[in-house]
Amino acid sequence: MSKFSGLGGRLYRGETSIDFIGRRRRWYAISGIFILLSIAALSLQGLHLGIEFKGGSSFTVTKAGATVDQARAAVTSAGIPGESIIQTIGSEKIRVQTGALDTAQNNAVQDALAAKFSVKVESIDTQIVGPSWGKEITRKALYGLFGFLICVMLYLAMAFEPKMAIAAIAAVVHDVFITVGIYALVGFDVTPATVIGFLTILGYSLYDTVVVFDKIRENTRTITASSKSTYSQATNLAVNQTLVRSMNTSLIALLPVGSILFVGAGLLGAGTLKDLSLALFIGLAVGTYSSIFIAPPVLAQLREKEPAMQALAKRVGGRTATAETSAPVVSVGGERRGPRNQPKRKHRK
Amino acid sequence: MSTTTKPAKTSARPGRSLAILGLVLIALTGLVFVQSATAVRLGLDLRGGTSVTLQPRIAPGESGKVTNEAIDQAVSIIRQRVNSLGVAESEVTAQGSGTNRQIVISVPGDTGRRVVELVGQTAELRFRQVLATATSTGTTDATATPVTGVSAALNAKFVALDCTKAENLQGSGTDAPTDTIVSCDRAGTNKYILAPAEVLGRQVSKASASIDTQGGSAWYVSLTFNGEGTKAFGALTTRVTTLATPLNQVAIVLDGLVVSAPRITEAIPSGNAQITGSFTQLEAQDLANVLKYGALPLAFDRGEVQQVSPTLGADQLNAGLLAGGIGLGLVLLYSLLYYRGLGMVTVGSLTIAGSLVYLLFLLLGKWIGFTLTLAGIAGAIVAIGVTADSFIIYFERIRDEIREGRTLRTAVETGWGRARRTILVADFVSIIAAVLLYFFAVGGVRGFAFTLGLTTLIDLIVVFVFTKPIVTILARMNFFASGHPLSGLSAKSTGTLPVAKEA
Repeated sequence: MSKFSGLGGRLYRGETSIDFIGRRRRWYAISGIFILLSIAALSLQGLHLGIEFKGGSSFTVTKAGATVDQARAAVTSAGIPGESIIQTIGSEKIRVQTGALDTAQNNAVQDALAAKFSVKVESIDTQIVGPSWGKEITRKALYGLFGFLICVMLYLAMAFEPKMAIAAIAAVVHDVFITVGIYALVGFDVTPATVIGFLTILGYSLYDTVVVFDKIRENTRTITASSKSTYSQATNLAVNQTLVRSMNTSLIALLPVGSILFVGAGLLGAGTLKDLSLALFIGLAVGTYSSIFIAPPVLAQLREKEPAMQALAKRVGGRTATAETSAPVVSVGGERRGPRNQPKRKHRK
Repeated sequence: MSTTTKPAKTSARPGRSLAILGLVLIALTGLVFVQSATAVRLGLDLRGGTSVTLQPRIAPGESGKVTNEAIDQAVSIIRQRVNSLGVAESEVTAQGSGTNRQIVISVPGDTGRRVVELVGQTAELRFRQVLATATSTGTTDATATPVTGVSAALNAKFVALDCTKAENLQGSGTDAPTDTIVSCDRAGTNKYILAPAEVLGRQVSKASASIDTQGGSAWYVSLTFNGEGTKAFGALTTRVTTLATPLNQVAIVLDGLVVSAPRITEAIPSGNAQITGSFTQLEAQDLANVLKYGALPLAFDRGEVQQVSPTLGADQLNAGLLAGGIGLGLVLLYSLLYYRGLGMVTVGSLTIAGSLVYLLFLLLGKWIGFTLTLAGIAGAIVAIGVTADSFIIYFERIRDEIREGRTLRTAVETGWGRARRTILVADFVSIIAAVLLYFFAVGGVRGFAFTLGLTTLIDLIVVFVFTKPIVTILARMNFFASGHPLSGLSAKSTGTLPVAKEA
């Protein structure tokens, strides 16, 4: 652990530096490939929507030794049209999922299952979703998503600066694509719980980005007053300085989510807990990646286009005779040893 | 990077914040006992029960819009039906906003199928001639004399009908308009034999409650029928007005229950009628509402039905608690390993946050009917991570300041000034997410959003009134200030060159 903390110190002083900004083409390429894969998976396979979105009924019987064949026989005897999906959950549960049924058909399936497995009708856990319900839920989820993006963008534009808001939203959209892509690719079920987890993750991914941006802003507040470093270099230093923090916060956030996933998938087999935590888990990982590898480079690129920043880059370029953004930020050794040894600013708010 | 930073204001009196926090905790605990809210209200998915979500829409063949008032009317009709089941803590509420609201019915326990059958029916307003009436006092009804022109079976049913029993007041909406029926009034005091319906609710075009200022300030309800209704109501009133009581009464029946049974004093061929009586303002307005919105029967799309057996409920509760326990344990373990002495601050802060959340769950259950669902538990567990993150942001800031060459006591204050801002912005983003989720979603999602928002707020409170003050106090202790290897602030663990005193 202490070795890791020591790394924090070296990263902070710029003795160890990972070039996040300069190698942005590499990160963009990696993300681009993932996004293309996601789009391909989405258009070829589509999402595996749960019955909440399609409409349908789900019956779960708890009975040790129940087999899929017995359940299928019961469902067939109830005269249910169409294909039903029947699967075992854990060792003593069996779940039957059908298409949209009317009340009489639902009762028939419950009765047939209760008779087959000799359990009480009331002990069968049932979920019935009307066909029009899915549309409603989908619509609301989309409203929530767009409302969230707009509110956060406005807020960040006010709290930080408009370009930071754009970069943060770019990172979030990136997260959305990749997470949805993973769901399409692997074929995980998408349920309302997934959608909640997903929306939460958007918030969390932004939380991470906010932490990084806060440091960037601090490092670049008076950047044009001197010619020590370009915007990109200062940004890169900020990302390196917050790297340990980002990793710690992400890890700490992953621990409880991982435990929900473990318990939800392991003990309960399926349901709210598993769906929610799986989405959180995937989203957290993607969100951490984008807050380091996507948001800061996009921000740096946007800001470098400003005349003031270009002029600064020229001044800095003249001083150190290195190519502007692709240069390593602060090299080990030499006279510029990082913030500690740099002339100090006297006043700050 | 800089040498001067205004110390944060809270630095001066760390003791005061802690004292206030202590008082708040004691006050909340006291309230819990005073209000005897000693158990968290669990949602149906954690204790078993049935929940049905209905999406109101305009019935086929009707025109118009789903209005707020119509939904309120539907909620009260369904509530009447659900209450007749006699299950404690059943709830019927409209959720969501505007005219796009859903009606959510939750009934604990094993009543599954009955609830589903009960709530989905459309209620319609009908006008029926009264054939007989009697006071319903309980088991024996001597006053209920057989009525001629009605089948013996129906007469027997009338005699046996006990309107004081809740199940007879449920109004199932199964009364066919063409049948002669027996029925109770809504209050359960009178029972009736009623002729087939002659005027239907959809034939009422207008209804309102007004006050007659000349005739002794009495409230009355005026109603107007459409073309069809005018003809039918005209014929009905012309026929019954000359008959003897109770045959000259016309019952207004909603959902199988008599709302009012006014006596017809004259033939009303004009389509404009007034119902007078000793109404209070409230009664008159209720009757007008019934007439108005009963005229627009809503149909319901059964959005979602969820039946959870008590066994599954208990399993889900245990799983949720177990996941929370493991998650909390891992977070604490990691904090202690990584931050050593400072990790203890995390332990303390999470304990305080946890106590506040638990106390608020108890009190909100009492005050606003907050129920904890599985999604809510998940929200609280996720919040453990988010809460711990604010501590990390602060701790890492302190370390950064130490790397800048500050002493611990200064680092704690300057670091706070900067971390505070980051924490505020980041938590605010979480709160935006929670609020939007809450308003755009129904059912379980709302539970998740609510706990997430609540815990984020508590996180803010704890960071400000506990974590920061306690770190200030600890910074004065030699163990931390000298950078003891176990303090989490040693030169080795921050990776600083030997701690330099500030010039």
